[in-house]
Amino acid sequence: MAINKESNAYTFGFSILLVIVVGAILSSLSLGLKPLKDKNAEVKKQIDILNAIGVDADRSNALELYTQYVGNNTFVVSVQGEKLEGEDAFALDVQKQHRDKTITEDARKFPVFVANKEGQTMYVLPTVGKGLWGPIWGFVAVGEDMETIVGASFDHKTETPGLGAEIKNTSFEEQYIGAKMTSNITVVKDGSGKLDAQKVDGITGGTITSKGVEEMMNRTMAVYAAYFSKTKI
Amino acid sequence: MSESLEKVKAPSEPLFSKKNKKLITDPLSDNNPITIQVLGICSALAITVQVEQAFFMSASVLFVLIFGNLSISLLRNLIPSRVRIIVQLVVVASLVIIVNEVLQAFVPDVSEKLSVFVGLIITNCIIMGRFEAFAMGNKPWPSVLDAVGNAVGYAWILLVVAIFREVLGSGKFWGMEILPQGFYEMGYMNNNLMILPPMALIVVGIIIWIQRSKNPSLVEEH
Repeated sequence: MAINKESNAYTFGFSILLVIVVGAILSSLSLGLKPLKDKNAEVKKQIDILNAIGVDADRSNALELYTQYVGNNTFVVSVQGEKLEGEDAFALDVQKQHRDKTITEDARKFPVFVANKEGQTMYVLPTVGKGLWGPIWGFVAVGEDMETIVGASFDHKTETPGLGAEIKNTSFEEQYIGAKMTSNITVVKDGSGKLDAQKVDGITGGTITSKGVEEMMNRTMAVYAAYFSKTKI
Repeated sequence: MSESLEKVKAPSEPLFSKKNKKLITDPLSDNNPITIQVLGICSALAITVQVEQAFFMSASVLFVLIFGNLSISLLRNLIPSRVRIIVQLVVVASLVIIVNEVLQAFVPDVSEKLSVFVGLIITNCIIMGRFEAFAMGNKPWPSVLDAVGNAVGYAWILLVVAIFREVLGSGKFWGMEILPQGFYEMGYMNNNLMILPPMALIVVGIIIWIQRSKNPSLVEEH
């Protein structure tokens, strides 16, 4: 077989064939594993919601605890703070909605998970925003008075470890506890966060991520505050 | 064609001949990828805080290296030399994506902890190094042995470093408390320094020191 392996035709042919074979293998694998990955993401969401109300859960008991504390006690509100009927709050992907430019800001929907922990009602509110490199998100638990934050858990996709990624540290999250979600919560750099409930100390070297948290919190909490103010009276 | 002729001529070499055994044993000590060739240091720093992560990282590298070396070795006579590095990259990248997908589907917690480091296996110099230096010029079986040797050589260093860091740094092994509570009551404290990346370098340095003082022929002349 006299094939000139140094010829351009051979090089191109080889490369094209390689890419087709590799592409086919990878895409079929990805499609095949999708149901499993979706299931994992669902469980992760339950764990996040439970963490926000201060319940420790892992993958083995997440579903059980979620059913116990939250169950089907969920609903969806609109940007104006009106309760929407016939929506599935758990299935609503707020991250996808945030990314999707075809959904205008007015058309966004905001799910609420009502948890009942030892007789106390808590409202778990998801929030989504932008960090430095990619999306950041969190779940905020609001107490029975419908304004005081009682728990918060943040997470991120690709923030820098040691810098922006610190938003998922308990020490950062705990600063939100006690703040009122009805007015703005500012991220500050002068270290005064400890003194004022409405202020949160940002993360050194993670300014853009911290500011991202501030922006997403104020934007989404305003919507929920509008809903709460209508239901309280 | 030439390959099949060779096979007919020399079928007598046993699967674990002396030469082949050396392919496995050499990278474990005298030619270790981390301590002697000083490759793959980046991941040795990053994921050795906990033994569990180090284990899954090692297993992933073992998988990628074996199948990578095997496929490169099978393709070695077909790969056009002008694009060989790109072909190697495609092979390693797709194997890493396979590993990542499998981890995400079956052990999501580990996948979350390893996060970007799985992707960084692609740039692990050990893998490209073995492809280019060994698999491109050797038959499939020796290439697999070479992969096993190098991956295990990488793995044991990683695990030793991780054991030191997890036990001394957080008093745990594989996430379980192993130090008796009485220890802490007597005033023992976990060494937080062990959790920081520089300590991984220091532990690797100590391993290198022990290794070279036991075998002075490894010490470079300057």
